[in-house]
Amino acid sequence: MDLTDSPQESAFRDELRAWLAANPAGEPPHGDEDAHYGWRRDWQRRLADGGWAAVHWPREHGGRGVTLTQSAIFYEELAAAGAPLPANVLGLLLAGPTIMAWGTQEQKERHLVPILTAEEIWCQGFSEPDAGSDLAALKTRAVKDGDEWVISGQKVWTSGAQYSKWCMLVARTDPDAPKKHQGLTYFLMDMEQDGVEVVPLKQITGESEFNELFLDGARVPDEQVLGGVGNGWKVALTTLMNERSGLAFFLQVRMRQLLDELVGEAAARGLTDDPVVADKLGELHLRCEVLRLTAYRGLTAIETYGQPGPEGSLTKWMWSETNQQLTQLAADILGPEALTSGAPWAYELLRARGNSIEGGTTEVLKNIVAERVLGLPRLR
Amino acid sequence: MHFDLTEDQKEIKRVARELLAARSSWARVREAAEAGAAYDEGLWRELCGLGWPGIAVREEHGGQGLGAVELAVLLEELGYACAATPFLSTAAAAAAIEACGSDAQRARWLPALAAGEATAGIGTRALCADGAGAAVLVLLERPSGEAVLVTGADSAPLATIDPTRRYATVDGGDAEPLGDGGAGAVAAADRVRAAIAAEVVGVAQRALETTLAYVKERRQFGVPVGAFQAVQNRCAQMLLDTESARSTALFAAWAADAAPARLPEAAALAAAAAADGGRSVTASAIQAHGGIGFTWEADVHWLYKRAQLDAALLGGARRHRAVLARLAAAQIAQATNS
Repeated sequence: MDLTDSPQESAFRDELRAWLAANPAGEPPHGDEDAHYGWRRDWQRRLADGGWAAVHWPREHGGRGVTLTQSAIFYEELAAAGAPLPANVLGLLLAGPTIMAWGTQEQKERHLVPILTAEEIWCQGFSEPDAGSDLAALKTRAVKDGDEWVISGQKVWTSGAQYSKWCMLVARTDPDAPKKHQGLTYFLMDMEQDGVEVVPLKQITGESEFNELFLDGARVPDEQVLGGVGNGWKVALTTLMNERSGLAFFLQVRMRQLLDELVGEAAARGLTDDPVVADKLGELHLRCEVLRLTAYRGLTAIETYGQPGPEGSLTKWMWSETNQQLTQLAADILGPEALTSGAPWAYELLRARGNSIEGGTTEVLKNIVAERVLGLPRLR
Repeated sequence: MHFDLTEDQKEIKRVARELLAARSSWARVREAAEAGAAYDEGLWRELCGLGWPGIAVREEHGGQGLGAVELAVLLEELGYACAATPFLSTAAAAAAIEACGSDAQRARWLPALAAGEATAGIGTRALCADGAGAAVLVLLERPSGEAVLVTGADSAPLATIDPTRRYATVDGGDAEPLGDGGAGAVAAADRVRAAIAAEVVGVAQRALETTLAYVKERRQFGVPVGAFQAVQNRCAQMLLDTESARSTALFAAWAADAAPARLPEAAALAAAAAADGGRSVTASAIQAHGGIGFTWEADVHWLYKRAQLDAALLGGARRHRAVLARLAAAQIAQATNS
C-alpha cells in the first residue's frame, strides 16, 4: 500500500505541471457559450500539439499509452491548473476508444486524428424521450436503402450537438428482433446534412449544453456502421463502460476547489468558528476526501484485477450528492448574494441539480449497486 | 499509487477471518456477553499465543515487527467477529507506545503487552474500554489532543449497552505524558483513534453481509424482501457508508507509519467516517431484519451496540468534523498568505 506517486507517476506529473505552467489555458470568456466552447477547442488544439490531448490513448493513435493512474493524474493536474476539459471530451473518452475497439482500419484512419485535434467534434446520440435510463427501449429507426441507411427519430440530451461534426448514433435496424436490445446498430453519423436538425434545450441554468436532435431521413452509408449491423447493443456498451474514471478525478478536484472557495467565504464572514457552519464544512471536507480516496482505491482495483471493486460504483453517487450539498451550503452561508442572477454560486447551485441525473441517475446507480455489487434479486 | 492491501496483508486478513469464524462464533460472543461482559479467555490466550497483540510492536520489544496497516487488518477482523477480548485496547495502546513512547515506556510496557501478559485500556476517564484490570491506560481527553499514560488508577466497571467488551470509569492514578508529550503524544492519540476506526470497518462489514444474507432469504409477498427497491436502496447506502469508513481507515493506518505529517487529518477523517458510518450501517441492519432484528435472539444488536460504544470512544463524529473544518480553513489561510 502506497498513496504516493511512484517514480514513474511522479515524473509524469512533473512533466505535465511544467507544461501546464508554460502553457496556461488563460481566463475563460464570460457570458457567451459559443466563445466559451471556442476557448475549450483552442485549448484542446494546444494540448494536442503538446501531445497531451489523449494521454490514455495508445501511442500508435497519438496518445501516450499511459497507465490508468497517470490518466487520473492528468485530469487532477488539469483541474488543479484551472484549465478546462478539452472541447471534444466525448470524442476523446467515448468515440475514440469505441472506434479503436470496433472500427475497421479505414474508420480508425478516418476518424481518430480529427478527434484528437478537435478538428471534428463528436456528440452521443443514445438517449431518447422514452429511452433514458432504459436505453434498449430506443425507437429511432434505420432503414436500408441501397448501400445507405435512412434514419428517422428523435434523440435528446445531446451535449455539444451544435458544435459536432459526428454523432455516435444507436438506432433500431430490426424492429422484429425478439428482445429489445437485439436489432440495434451503431452508426457514425455525419451531422452536416439535411435530415439532421439540432434544437437547443434550455436548462434550468439558462444555458444550453444539451440539445434535442430531430432525425428525418438522415443518411448514413454502410461504411459508417460500427461493429456490424445488429451488434449495436454490444458496441454501445463499449461506449458506456469505457473508462471514464479520469473525468471523476477532474470533477473531484473541481469540487475541492469549490469547497476551498466556500471555506474562504465562510472565513471572510467570521463563520468558520460557528459550530453549525464548521460541522457542515467539516462534513464536506470529509466527503471530498472520501471521494478522492475511494476513487484511488477504484483505480488500484482496476489496475490489479482489470475491473473495479465494490467501491467503483459509488463515486459518481458520492460526487453528485456532495456537490449538491456544497452548493446548498453556499446559499446558506452567502445568503441572497448566492442567489443573485448571474452570480457564480447561483450557477453552481442550479447546475449541481443535474449532477444526480446526468450520466446515470442516482436511483439507477443504487439499483446497479444493489443488483450487480450486492447481488440482490431483481423484482422486475 | 497503490491503494490496496499487499498480498501479505491479505493473507493476514484471510487467516484472521478463518480463525475467528472457527473460534469466535456468535454463540461464543453471546456466551461471553450474557455472562456479564466476561471475556472469552480461551480465545484471548490463543490470540496472544499467535502474537497478535504485538503485531505493530518491534521484535526487540517482543512484537511481530509489522505496522499500523497490519494492525488495522486484524482489528477489522476482530470487529467483524465482534470478538469478546481486550484486543483493541491492548494492541492499540502497544502500537501507540511503540511509535510515540519514550524508551523507558517502551521497555516497561511493550514486552508484557505484546505477549498479552498485561492488558491496556483506552478511552477517557468517563469511558475507558478494557479499563478494569488493565496494567496501563492510554487516555485521550486532553483538550490539546495529547495522549497520556496512566498507571495505578482506580478503575470501576461500567455496565454499558455493549456487553461484548468491558468498560470502566477511571479515577486517580499517576499520569505521565506519552513520550515527550507534544506532537508525539498527539500522534499517539491519532493512532489509537485510527485503530478504533479500523475495528468499526469490520463491524459495519459484518452488519452489511449479515443483512444481505437475510434479505435474500426472507420472503414476503412471494419474493425475497431484498427484491424491493426500498430495501435495496438501504443496502446500497450501507455499502457506501462501509466503504467510506474503509477508505479513510486505511488511509489513516497508512499515514500513521508512512506519512506522519498527514496523520492528524487522516485520523480525523477516519474517526468522523467511522463514528457516524458504523452507527448508521448497524442501525440499518436492525431495520432490514424487521421484527427479528429487534429481538435479543438475532445477533445484529451486538454490532449496533459495539458501533455505538466505538463512536463514543472516538469522541463522536462532530468533534472530528470541527477538526477537519479548522484544518481546511488553515490550509486556505496558508495558501492565501504564501
